[in-house]
Order: sequence, then C-alpha cells, then structure tokens
Amino acid sequence: MGRTLLKRAGELAAVLLIVSFGTFMLVSLLPNDPAVVILGEGREPAEYAAVREDLGLDDPLPVRYVDWLGSAVTGDLGESVVPPYSDVLDRVAAALPVSVELAVLGLGMALVFSIPLAMWSAYRAGGRADRIISASAFGVLSVPSFLAGLLVIMVFANQLGWFPRAQWVRISDSLGDNLYHAFLPALVIALAETALFTRILRNDLITTLQEDFILAAKAKGMSARHILLSDALRPSSFSMVTLLGISLGRLIGSTVIVEYLFALPGMGSLVIGAANTGDFTMVQGAVLVIAVIYVLTNLLIDLSYGVLDPRIRRAHV
Amino acid sequence: MSELTQVSTPPAYGQAVDAAVSSPPGRRRRRSGSPWGAAALAVLGVAGIAVGVAALRGANGWLQLAVIVAGLGLAYAGVGRLLRRRFGAGFDLMSWLCAGWLVLLVLAALLAPVLPLGEHQDLASTLDAPVFARPDLFSEYPLGTNNFGLDLLSRVLHGARASLIVALGAVAIGLVVGAALGIVSGFFRKATDAVIGVLTNSLLAVPPLILLIALATVLDPSLRNLAFALALLALPSVVRIARASTMTFVQREFVLAARAMGASRMRVMTRELLPNVMLPLLSYAMVMISVLIVAEASLSFLGLGIQPPDPSWGNMIAEGEGDAFEQHPHIVLVPGLVLFLTVFSLNLLGEKARKRFDPRQAKL
Amino acid sequence: MSSTSAVLQERSTEPGAPVLVVDDLRTQIHTPRGDVQAVDGISFTLGRGETLGIVGESGSGKSVLGRTIMGLYTTGPTMTITGRVLIAGKDVHALSTTALRDLWGGDVGMVFQDPMTALNPVKKVGVHLTESLRKHRGMNRAQAAAHAAELLNLVGIPEPRRRLDQYPHELSGGMRQRVVIAMALANEPALLIADEPTTALDVTVQKQILDLLERLQDELGMAIMLISHNLGVVAGRADRVAVMYAGRVAETADAATLFDVPHHPYTEALLEAIPRLHQPPHVRLAAIDGAPPNMIAPPVGCRFAPRCRYAQPDCTAAPPVLDAALVRGVADPRHSFACYHPVNAGGQ
Repeated sequence: MGRTLLKRAGELAAVLLIVSFGTFMLVSLLPNDPAVVILGEGREPAEYAAVREDLGLDDPLPVRYVDWLGSAVTGDLGESVVPPYSDVLDRVAAALPVSVELAVLGLGMALVFSIPLAMWSAYRAGGRADRIISASAFGVLSVPSFLAGLLVIMVFANQLGWFPRAQWVRISDSLGDNLYHAFLPALVIALAETALFTRILRNDLITTLQEDFILAAKAKGMSARHILLSDALRPSSFSMVTLLGISLGRLIGSTVIVEYLFALPGMGSLVIGAANTGDFTMVQGAVLVIAVIYVLTNLLIDLSYGVLDPRIRRAHV
Repeated sequence: MSELTQVSTPPAYGQAVDAAVSSPPGRRRRRSGSPWGAAALAVLGVAGIAVGVAALRGANGWLQLAVIVAGLGLAYAGVGRLLRRRFGAGFDLMSWLCAGWLVLLVLAALLAPVLPLGEHQDLASTLDAPVFARPDLFSEYPLGTNNFGLDLLSRVLHGARASLIVALGAVAIGLVVGAALGIVSGFFRKATDAVIGVLTNSLLAVPPLILLIALATVLDPSLRNLAFALALLALPSVVRIARASTMTFVQREFVLAARAMGASRMRVMTRELLPNVMLPLLSYAMVMISVLIVAEASLSFLGLGIQPPDPSWGNMIAEGEGDAFEQHPHIVLVPGLVLFLTVFSLNLLGEKARKRFDPRQAKL
Repeated sequence: MSSTSAVLQERSTEPGAPVLVVDDLRTQIHTPRGDVQAVDGISFTLGRGETLGIVGESGSGKSVLGRTIMGLYTTGPTMTITGRVLIAGKDVHALSTTALRDLWGGDVGMVFQDPMTALNPVKKVGVHLTESLRKHRGMNRAQAAAHAAELLNLVGIPEPRRRLDQYPHELSGGMRQRVVIAMALANEPALLIADEPTTALDVTVQKQILDLLERLQDELGMAIMLISHNLGVVAGRADRVAVMYAGRVAETADAATLFDVPHHPYTEALLEAIPRLHQPPHVRLAAIDGAPPNMIAPPVGCRFAPRCRYAQPDCTAAPPVLDAALVRGVADPRHSFACYHPVNAGGQ
C-alpha cells in the first residue's frame, strides 16, 4: 500500500506540474504581444516595454515559470489584465462556491433520479418500462447540455414561469432562495448525468441480479425491494463510481455552460467572460484551480472503492 | 471418485436453458400482427406528416409540430413492423434511418455550394428578405429565416460543413498522433510508457470544455485552430486504446514470429501492430466524432468558436438566446434538431460498431 | 436442539403427511431458439426425514426441477409451468408473492452449488443470517445475532461470534458452504433443497458437508432433496434415488434397490462409470458415448435411445412410460423405470 500510494503521489505531482506548465505556456500561444493585448494599440514603445518588464516577459522562460508557479503556490495568481484589474484569486474564491454548489446539486439530483430508474429498468429488464427508460436515456445523452438548458429555460422559466431564469442568491443570504434559484440550473446539469448513470447502473444491476447470491436471498424469502436495495445495489455500483470520475469532466463542462445560460456568477461565467475579453491571467488562474480540484477529486474517487468493496479494502489496506 | 462419475460434457441444450433461465425475465417475443395493420399504421403516419406539413401551414406552430411528430412515430412503428416481417425480427430500422441521415447530411454538406439554396451569410443581400420567417416546406425558405433574413436551411447545411470539417479533421489528427503514441507506449513500455502516460494524464487533468475555452482565449477561432484544439481532446482516449490493444497483440504469436524472422521494431509496429490496433480505434471513431461535434457546437454557442456571420450549429442556436427563442422557437429548434439527429445517429451507430469490433468493449 | 425441533413439531401438519408432493410437473422454457421441455412430467412425494437423491447429467433438468419446486421459477414470459407442487400442504404455484416469500426461507430452504457466488461479497456473514431471521421470526437485532451465532455453531463453524463480523471472502470454501447451509436452515425448514451442494468443493470437504447435512437431518427432521450429477454423492445418503434423463425420470427406486438391480440401461451406464476400490487397476471406466439430446427437438421415442447399447427399433417409435418393476411377478410400487428393454429384468 505504501509503495503504490507513493507512486500515485509521484504521478500526481508530475501531472500537476505539467498542467501548470501548460497553463503557464498559454500566454506564449498568444498571437500578439501580451503588452499590446493589455494596453491596446497605438502607445509609446516605452510603455509596452514597461508592461513587459512588469510581467517579467523579458526573463528567460524557466525563470518566468518558476516565478509564476512560486507565486501561484503561495496564493498569488496575479491580476486581471483588463479593467478593473481585479485580483484573480479573489474572483476565483468568490466564484468557486457557486460552481461547486451547482455541480454537487446536479450530481445529487442525478443520483436521486437514476438509482430508482435503473432499478425499475433492471428489475423488469426487457419489459416496456425498461425499453422506454433505456431509449430515453440514450436520447437524452445525445442532447448537448446547452441545448437542453435552452429548452428547460423555455419550458420552466419562460412558459410556465415556475422558476427564475437568472439571478443568484448566496447560501449565506437565504438557503431556501438559494435552492430555489439553483434548482433549474442543477436540473439541466442532472439531465445528462441521470441518463448516463441510469444506463450504466441498469446494465450492472442486470448482471448482479443473475448472481447466485441474489437467488439465495430470494430463496431466503427476502422481498424484491430488499433484494434490490440491500443485495444488488452496492455490488452494482462499482462501474458507476468509476464513471463518476470520468463524468466529472463533463459535469464541470455542463456547469460552465449552465452558468453561462443562467448568468450565474460561478467559475464558468468567470472563465467565459475572461476568454471573451482575452483576460489570459484570469483564465490561467481559473484553469489551474479547476485542474487541481479535478485531479484531487479523481484521487478521492479512486480511494472510495475500498469503502464499497470489502475485498479491495483487504487487498489494498 | 467424484470427477469420474461425471458423464460427458454439457450439451448445447444445457446452454440454451441456462441462457434462457439466467437471462432477465423479459424481451417478450414480438407479436407479429397482421401485415395490414402495420401497413395501415404506416399509411396513417405518412398521412399525418402530410397533413402537418401541408394542411396546417397557417395553424399554430406547436400543433403543426405535434401532428408531424405523431405522424413520424406512427409511420416509424408501421414501417418497422412491415420491414421486420420482410427481413426477419433482427431488422433494425433505427440503425438504417441513422445511417441514412448521416449519408444525407454529408452529401448535402458537400454539395451545399452548388445546391439552389438561399443566402447563408451575406447580410447585405438579404435586406429585403423576411426576418424570422416560419418554416414552411412549400415556401422559398423551407426551414425559415433568422433575424437577418438569412435562410436557415442553407445556414444549417453550411454549418454542417464547418462542424464536419472540424470534427473529422480533429479525429484524423487525434487518430494519427494518438495511435503512434499509443503503439510506441505499449511496445516499448518502461520509461517511454511512463512519460507518455503522464502526458496523457495531464491532458485528462483539465476538463475538456475548460481546455477548449483556455485555448480559445489565446488562439484565433479559425477552422484549423479549432481542429487542433479538438484533436487534443480526442488524443488521450486514442492513446489509451491504442496502448491497451498494442499490449495484448504484442504477446501474440504472429508478432513473435515476425520478430523471430528479424523484422525491425519499426516494421513490427507499422506492419504487424498498426493494422490490428486500427480496428478498435476506428470503431471508436464514430463516438469520438459525435463528442467533438458537441464540443465544437458548445464552444461556438459560447461565442468562442466559429464566429458569426459564418454559420455553425452552435452559434445558430446561440442566436435564439433571450427573447428570440420565445417568439420564434424555430431559430433554436431547427439547428438544435439537426444537431441532435446527427449526434444521436453517430452515437447509435458508434455503439453498434464498438460492440461489434472492439472485443474489449468498454462499458462506456 | 430440542427447542428448535419443538418448533418444527408445531409447524408440520400431521405425522406421516408428505412434506413435498410433486404431481406431473412440467417446466417449459422459451428460448430464442425454441421451446425447451426442461422438466417433462415428473411426480414424486417426499416424507419427513426422508432424503431423495436426484441424479442426472448436466442439462438433464434436475436444477430446473429444484428451482421449479421451490417456486423460484414461475410461469412468465420466459417459461410456462404446469402441474402441481405442494410443500407442507401449500400449493407453491398458486401462492401470492407475499405468501411465497413466507414459504421461502420458512418452510423450504435452498443450498446452492457454489458457495463462492451464493454469498453476497459486500455483506457480512452475520447479515446473511440475521436478515432472514428478522424477516421470518420478527427477531430484533440482538436476538437475531445470538441465534445466528447458534446456527453457525450448529453447522460446525468454530468461533461463531467472530465469524458473524467477517465478510464471505475471509472464509474458506467449506466454511462458506456451511454458512450457506446455516442460511437455508435458519428457520428450521420442513424441506431442504440442496442443489449440487458439494460440486464446487474439495473432495475431503465434500464428505464433511454431506455428513453435516445428514446430522442436521437427524437433529431437525427435515426432508432433503439432494440434487447431484454424481451417483457417488447420493449413494449412502439418499433413501430413494430418481435418475433423470432429458427432463424425465428414467428410473426411481430405493437407493439400495437401484444400486443392486438397475433396470434402465442409463442407470446401469451411470453405475458402471463409478470407479470402485475393488476394481483391478488400469481397467478403463465405462463412459457413455454421445451427448444428451438437443432438447429443443428431442428424439420422438425413448430419449436415451440414440446412446443406448440395447436400443431396438421400437425404442424410437414412442416414449416408454414409467412403469413399476416386477419382483417375482409382483409390481414393486417403490421401484419404477421407463424402458422397453430393461436390463436385469429377470434378475429377481
């Protein structure tokens, strides 16, 4: 265990180093001189030189990278290069909770929807309900999240008027209002995830339901509900947990889109706004933060296998 | 003593029973019904579509849409039954429809410049055209017009050109680079494998859309740059699949035989491994194309991809943001439906291809 | 275990009444390739404390028979079941779902072939036992745990308290099968269906498990249906034996009679395939040529005819019926077989 953990940690460090380097190198992909991007055109050459000096662009690349990484690690992600030149870390710190809440709510909703759907589907596999659920899940997976978002807004916000379409209320202000405003965006995020989870969980449940221990539980007189919930669900959830790691990337993607659609002040709006104005320090900072969170969450998911499967727990611990 | 008393092996019948017993209760055998019922269903469906398209031209748009969708459903059910009766129960109408849609789309996109279509891009030439014209197959604008009076059918097809070029280009780049890296990684193992592994993991460490947005911040939104950016998304999975299949094939006899005959490592990789690795990769390509089409559309929707007035499905859907969608739903529904049908078709056929050709058949 | 057998006394209807009655049971399985008559008209009765051995090759329908009797297989889209099964007087296939659940784990328990797969890998041993106790007897957590430990003790597992907290993968194969048996016995069933209970185990462990079943039967007085592909397993354990071939009973008799004077050529062939200690070394064991028939389109007449060394033209004309064997001209009601040209016919 100690050695594998050490190996994992080493890989993790290498990945984070490369990601940070890539993020850092974004600037050098800029077709124009960053100083020109910041000041606009038509200034004195000396002014450009001053900005370049300020950004440290005249130093050799490795020096600049070490400088940048050093300040990033100590919490200094620099300042935005467009007005109002705000501190990147402050903006990220303000936006992150919104995105995390949306993602967690969306994921939670997806689990709440998909587990019963998958159970129903698997229990009556091949039946009418199963065919309808499976076909719908496949269809929903082919609807890009921005399209789904637009349709949801049109139906629930515009036509029915049940939910607000834009505005964000912070949790600290009012939990109820916050949830009310977060519901629709979270629903959009949950749609695709629900479809995916339902499909995977259904297939695994069908496999599990053919196991002898399910027959044994039946032969003990356990009810169908008991068998599904207590016997079948946990052994069937491994693929779904693996999937959680893979779908996390998609989840972040749809959170970004949903924030943009609903004009919510999260990381997505921050990144898209910055991208549209060419605010590359903001994009750099935000991408770095997202990547670190993403990598660490995936690690956590890996570690959670042991909790689900006692056999692995024994092998690894 | 016990093993010897066992008499002969389980017969084919035993397996059939096991299969039937262990297979989940269900998939009732389809009742075939009378051919006349199926034909009636199909005729009714076609009639419904005709009524929806022609007779309800002036009626409420949602009603018209509902009638057409219902007609399509009936026609699908009827024709499906007729064809299953003719070609056997295994006939899968949906797959054929999906393939048909993709062929149609590709042909139309290829021929878009020479087809007699309306204006798709030049705002100056549509000053006197109606804006927000409703879709009407018998009018000059079969799928309607947008807020500048540009023809939606023409824009959808030109948008398809952009989407397909970008996605296909990206998949091609991803396949070539990814297969090379994956084969090298799986063949040499050790340090090479470790380095390539860490690099692909690093690519995976940034969520796909975030990676695209970051690249879009600093790159010009040209088709070429878009294709390269999307290729980066496709790369990690290609490398992983290529590496995994290389590692299984490298131990097979035919590779050992080639090496024993003195084939160079280069030759083993290109002549022996590459052809075998390509099959699972190609079966995965359809799904990859669909993922990349969605990625490009998302980026264009966010205003970071293909820039208007050049049409792309993403930026066409973005035109409907706000009030335009509420007043004129076809602005979103037309490109949205085309995008959905394309992605759906690619997913469906891709899934089939993967089940058939990729023995490892990942669950995803 | 006097307290437990007292419970059983209360439950069993009247002394002498059969625990299990199977009457012309047929299970037809609908497969994509056609319908399979997996169980084709089987009848027998089983009394308290009695053991019936069901012997046949893989695919002879013996496992399907066990599960049909249990009521785990019911008429539905994939199969059709006709005939009657009475367990402790209850018509299994007429029971409601809830009544069936009371029957399972209550009146009838089942032991499965492979203890590796019959236990849920993510559940502790204790949970496997207690959930059934709590459902059927309404015990609370502590009572159920105490009783579960008692059950483990009964099936010969040392340190039962500690075992309750272990996961199945922490036990050996033999231990796991003991747990499976404990699970089946949790509520002192009147009938135990043991479907190949020793097939997946080492030879030395096989004997222990069979001895255990025998001891438990003496203590609890239940009827046992012992299903096996192995005549050797059934020999000496079963009071009566039914030999199944292709969904039908080929021959049934008291164990001793069957082993001494088999009438059906198939039984004879099975017996010849058992290696014996007093056999001279290096003698080839007899094997039965060919494979069991394709059950989607079984042979018209006797289903064993294509593999039978005594087959005559009339064997393939119509299927032979199960008839009582004659002992000195008198029909023996406990011995019957289905064959036109029986072996050992004039023997007694």
